[in-house]
Amino acid sequence: MIVLARLLKSTELDTRLIGMVGALFLIWIVFHVLSGGLFLTPRNLWNLSVQSSSVAIMATGMVLVIVTRNIDLSIGSMLGFIGMVMGVIQAALLPKLLGFEHPATWVLTLLVGLGLGAALGALQGFVIAYLGIPAFIVTLGGLLVWRGAAWWVTSGQTVAPLDATFRLMGGGPEGSIGATWSWVVGVVACVAVVLSLARSRTQRQRFNVPLRPMAAEILVGGLGCAAVLAAVAIANAYPWPIGSVRRYAEAHHIALAGGGLSIAHGIAVPVLIAIGVGVAMSFLATRTRFGRYVYAIGGNPEAAELAGVDTRWVIVKIFMLMGVLAAIAGAVSIARLDAATNSEGTLAELLVIAAAVIGGTSLAGGVGTVPGAMLGAVLMQSLQSGMVLLGVDTPLQNIVVGAVLVFAVGIDTVYRRRAAP
Amino acid sequence: MTERSIDASRTPLVAMRDISLSFGGIHAVDGASIDLYAGEVMALVGHNGAGKSTLIKILSGALPRDSGTISIRGEAASIANPRDARSYGIETIYQTLALADNVDAAANLFLGRELRTGWGTLDDAAMEAAARNVMGRLNPHFQRFKDPVRALSGGQRQSVAIARAILFNAQILVMDEPTAALGPQEAAQVGALIRKLKSDGIGIFLISHDIHDVFDLADRVCVMKNGRVVGTARIADVTKDEVLGMIILGKCPPGATPGPGAVA
Repeated sequence: MIVLARLLKSTELDTRLIGMVGALFLIWIVFHVLSGGLFLTPRNLWNLSVQSSSVAIMATGMVLVIVTRNIDLSIGSMLGFIGMVMGVIQAALLPKLLGFEHPATWVLTLLVGLGLGAALGALQGFVIAYLGIPAFIVTLGGLLVWRGAAWWVTSGQTVAPLDATFRLMGGGPEGSIGATWSWVVGVVACVAVVLSLARSRTQRQRFNVPLRPMAAEILVGGLGCAAVLAAVAIANAYPWPIGSVRRYAEAHHIALAGGGLSIAHGIAVPVLIAIGVGVAMSFLATRTRFGRYVYAIGGNPEAAELAGVDTRWVIVKIFMLMGVLAAIAGAVSIARLDAATNSEGTLAELLVIAAAVIGGTSLAGGVGTVPGAMLGAVLMQSLQSGMVLLGVDTPLQNIVVGAVLVFAVGIDTVYRRRAAP
Repeated sequence: MTERSIDASRTPLVAMRDISLSFGGIHAVDGASIDLYAGEVMALVGHNGAGKSTLIKILSGALPRDSGTISIRGEAASIANPRDARSYGIETIYQTLALADNVDAAANLFLGRELRTGWGTLDDAAMEAAARNVMGRLNPHFQRFKDPVRALSGGQRQSVAIARAILFNAQILVMDEPTAALGPQEAAQVGALIRKLKSDGIGIFLISHDIHDVFDLADRVCVMKNGRVVGTARIADVTKDEVLGMIILGKCPPGATPGPGAVA
């Protein structure tokens, strides 16, 4: 037992993150038992991953917002507004100009959406940073304004159906990359894990920093690769529903044998997008000058300013980034629904903030990680979909989620107080 | 040394002229003028609220000014923010230390001037190596390079703030109470550092409450009271009691050049 504890310590993994993963598994097992074996199935886990992506994407940006002692309450409404605009562009505007189902439709739509997200975010960021109006107020205003704007786009009408290529961003049988490509992604990820461990080891050697014991390196690398490959295996263990298989067979003139055709989903496109966003945001937060400024501003805004950091411009950039992420999440949401509605993303801002906070982001500023926030998003979604599986009523679901949020942050506060030097 | 530093024919490194700044109706700094020559230590003393820190923050770009001019080496300098000040080679050690508590020493040393790799990413290894180098000179026992600055002792934090100021070849160094959080041994180290920097030709503004420190380290002293300069004197020309008289009563002794704040 002591040997195990020492080995765990020598891996230098973030104990908070390990604790969160532990809590997540505990929740999964409890739901699995209570639901009579429905939770830990490839199908449910695959759905869980797709459902978590939209909140996870936005949570990566909310970390930076909260780290700088700000808040963004507007992203749910922004998601709705940008989603409506993207819906109208691909379903009404571009078909008139380019023709129906033109191959460039999805790209143009997405680019307009991302640009709009950056513009709305920049506007809010400018008002917050340069006019000095508190972020809480500005984004509370944004919450009302963008939701109203979402309605105005079509006077409340739902826009559907969407472009077939754009729809791939939402997941589903078509919007997944299949077994072969999933394995490719998995192997690439494993190689990346091993390479990054090797790089950090040579870096330590170069500057004479004590090395981790080889056993710890192997444990970390092995666990990382095992987790990745297990996730791929689970995604590949979920076959297409029979209806999709029939349509696919008809379209490709394949004769279905008696048992039918088993096609694996593989990793869903929105999940890939979320992982890509997560990696990019993690890189931005830890490896770039911008990320360093974000944390420095969170730790001591005055010190950052005195050190010559253009703190206002950094804040504007953070809110622009948040807008872009809301646009990506909006694209994923409407693609998944195959429709843009003006109520899309209602209350999403609260789920995103909750995910970031459960993931260890401190509202006092200066502290928070991107992987933590994404894990927080999965945790929130696990609670919700677990309760759906158990048939818990919606009001009770909200009560539980609210209580868990307070409980989780409460535990974290006590933990931090003990850990403080 | 002192003879050379007040030679009027030389161009001062820094010349602040008729600087004023008021907050509401309060004149924090009122028509203050002060010079600093290369290779000298100019002590700035006075009661709390006398305007020393405010005057110095105007020089380092942390505060704006209502009126007055700043020249660096005889040329008018426009200093509107801390970045401008740094571009003139002005480095400041603030009384509050101005450290970001949640990041480590190296990140604080290079804050705003990070070293980057060819890919544009942060070169943490190089920054840590440079940090180990400069901290080794200041505080050889310092080993906590991975910890956030929050976890360091007062003296260690002060060392980080000082290291940051000397890391980038400052021409003009502003030190606001640099030894306030230090023990006697560390304070002596800072004293030795100040003498070394001075001999390198760096001009230093030293704000201090400790009159002994001032007489020990400074070449000249400037006394402020109620936002105005009482007088400026060579350390050799005044006694400690006379300087205390300037601080408390605003009375300018014969050895000092009176300023607008001197009582008749």
